[in-house]
Amino acid sequence: MGSLDNERTTTGWAARDPSGVLSPYTYSLRNTGPEDLYIKVLCCGICHSDIHQVKNDLGMSHYPMVPGHEVVGEVLEVGSDVTKYKVGDRVGTGIVVGCCRSCEPCKSEQEQYCNKKIWNYNDVYTDGKPTQGGFAGEVVVDQRFVVKIPDGLESEQAAPLMCAAVTVYSPLVHFGFKQSGLRGGILGLGGVGHMGVKIAKAMGHHVTVISSSDKKRKEALEHLGADAYLVSSDENGMKEAADSLDYIFDTIPVVHPLEPYLALLKLDGKLILTGVINAPLQFVSPMVMLGRKSITGSFIGSIKEMEEMLEFCKDKELTSQIEVVKMDYVNTALERLEKNDVRYRFVVDVAGSKLDGSV
Amino acid sequence: MGSVESERKTTGLAARDPSGTLAPYTYDLRSTGPEDAYIRVICCGICHSDLHQIKNDLGMAWLTTPWSPGTYITSLSLSLSLIKLQSTHVLHQCLVHLFAVCSHEVVGEVLEVGSEVTGVRVGDRVGVGVLVGCCRNCMPCKSDIEQYCSKKIWSYNDVYTDGKPTHGGFAGEMVVDQKFMVKIPEGMSSEQAAPLLCAGVTVYSPLNHFGLKQGGLRGGILGLGGVGHMGSSDRKREEALDHLGADAYLVSSDEAGMKEAADSLDYIIDTVPVFHPLEPYLSLLKLDGKLILLGVINTPLQFFSPVVMSGRKVITGSFIGSMKETKEMLDFCEEKGITSQIEVIKMDYINTAFERLEKNDVRYRFVVDVAGSKLDGA
Repeated sequence: MGSLDNERTTTGWAARDPSGVLSPYTYSLRNTGPEDLYIKVLCCGICHSDIHQVKNDLGMSHYPMVPGHEVVGEVLEVGSDVTKYKVGDRVGTGIVVGCCRSCEPCKSEQEQYCNKKIWNYNDVYTDGKPTQGGFAGEVVVDQRFVVKIPDGLESEQAAPLMCAAVTVYSPLVHFGFKQSGLRGGILGLGGVGHMGVKIAKAMGHHVTVISSSDKKRKEALEHLGADAYLVSSDENGMKEAADSLDYIFDTIPVVHPLEPYLALLKLDGKLILTGVINAPLQFVSPMVMLGRKSITGSFIGSIKEMEEMLEFCKDKELTSQIEVVKMDYVNTALERLEKNDVRYRFVVDVAGSKLDGSV
Repeated sequence: MGSVESERKTTGLAARDPSGTLAPYTYDLRSTGPEDAYIRVICCGICHSDLHQIKNDLGMAWLTTPWSPGTYITSLSLSLSLIKLQSTHVLHQCLVHLFAVCSHEVVGEVLEVGSEVTGVRVGDRVGVGVLVGCCRNCMPCKSDIEQYCSKKIWSYNDVYTDGKPTHGGFAGEMVVDQKFMVKIPEGMSSEQAAPLLCAGVTVYSPLNHFGLKQGGLRGGILGLGGVGHMGSSDRKREEALDHLGADAYLVSSDEAGMKEAADSLDYIIDTVPVFHPLEPYLSLLKLDGKLILLGVINTPLQFFSPVVMSGRKVITGSFIGSMKETKEMLDFCEEKGITSQIEVIKMDYINTAFERLEKNDVRYRFVVDVAGSKLDGA
């Protein structure tokens, strides 16, 4: 049920300009359509690409913009054609909230690759209205783009899984790496990187964390369970590790050389890029020809993969390492995230925050 | 039978000086070992990388690299930093002597076989390609992809297990280990077979490996030379469509055409041997599409991560093929009636052929009628 006459509103924290500073913003949410769920946001993770978006790094930002795409919430209302969910369910939703449903990717349940996909914020929905994200009291999302959070998995734990974890899980499955005994590298130890270590270990891989400094060695080895730690400027270490990895998950979000990492790959090894970098990356063709190596990338995962991934994480008792903050801390959190000063994901306790800016 | 006492000799054509002009060169060939075959060269193809080999860049370091028998790196610092990434075997290879007899698309007739040679007999026609040795122990060797062995031995400009330099097919004879020879199918002419030994298998191997050997796919071929070279004239269009049987011809500067073809190809075989942008071609690929690089390019190529991420596209490369794939490919070509388009020349035309090849003035491979040529310069 939903009122057809008056639209409801919600308050979120939006960026108004490329400074990226968020502040309260009240806007309308569409009425609950037949396929929609009206969701009260419990919590929402902060992803590095939220920074790119609020600061207009990609030149495609529209303001006011309420970011946040790692959303966990409670269903308040369901549309008449919604069958899988009921009021009171805990659900998650991520980056994609719409797709064309008729292209090859959509039909093969890889809708994250639909050319007409709709992003959960900084996009335009089928009703012509701008989409706004999870740093808000409520969201309205089509049932197709929602997953149920398994019982026993806490909401704050689940939030980073909506993007960071599925971003790792999807390509590992797609490229045939969901088998034990492989040797993986995780390049960069942030939100996605730390989930990469946990998921790869849970899949039975030998995991090497590759980093630009020694700072995270102890954490990587002792807290996250990595098997080895390699500093990219350590020439001997890098040389010794040459030709040893089946894949490398490259999460670095800025320009960086690729050749040192290509050299670490075995024959047929894959360098899987997940960092959105708006400047060109380079390599010389012999580096991929001589070992038939691949440079590829991946973008989040499908809803189907999200469901599988949640089951996998529950089954393996995987937890994300998070720092929970209130909404009034969000701007500081964004600044700290930009400096990579977080272990390893901020999660905003939205339901426990005052969203109207009052103290 | 082979004599084990005296080394025999053969005469080939080698680049003897920095002009790159080939001239006769007489050298030793090893005696036929138990696993060897002694072959009389019938004909051999000329590959673009042979061109790199014989041309010398005057005044700069003349180094060969492991990526192809003759590709040289013009930038010394680049070559040194790349060498650092490789094994010491490669470092050794970079210092091999200059007088190498080229060609790695060799068809010949077996004159003599060693005591442990099976599968070929005297009188058989065989093909020899880019490699003549491998370690046999590493994972690639044991899984029939010996072209990725880090100790592979090149058919020319390398050092064999006996410490002697290897020489290729611009010569009267060769001695080759049986593992690195393949029988030429009965109905296939020697001149037709020669280009398949490098150009043919270089395309066949990745199509096979990446699961693209099935009907119904949409492929792009970038570059139209022996393996391919970029061209945009009407003549090339006519050749591609009428003579080679291509279904479509797309000029990369045709913005509207490229836009229409966006997101339409399962793979692109990229044979362009010089620096070129990748984005226009990546945009032609479908979800999970593969850009397969075959051109050895010594300047860095570029791309943007969002372009590969948003379609899970793959940039990869491939290097020739294994002997197993070479045999499969020859059988495949015979079965499908695939022929290469070649221009047969005699050895005395070789220097002109290299000049023309440098300008891409050949449709599409020169094949040297070695047996029908005078090699002693007379």
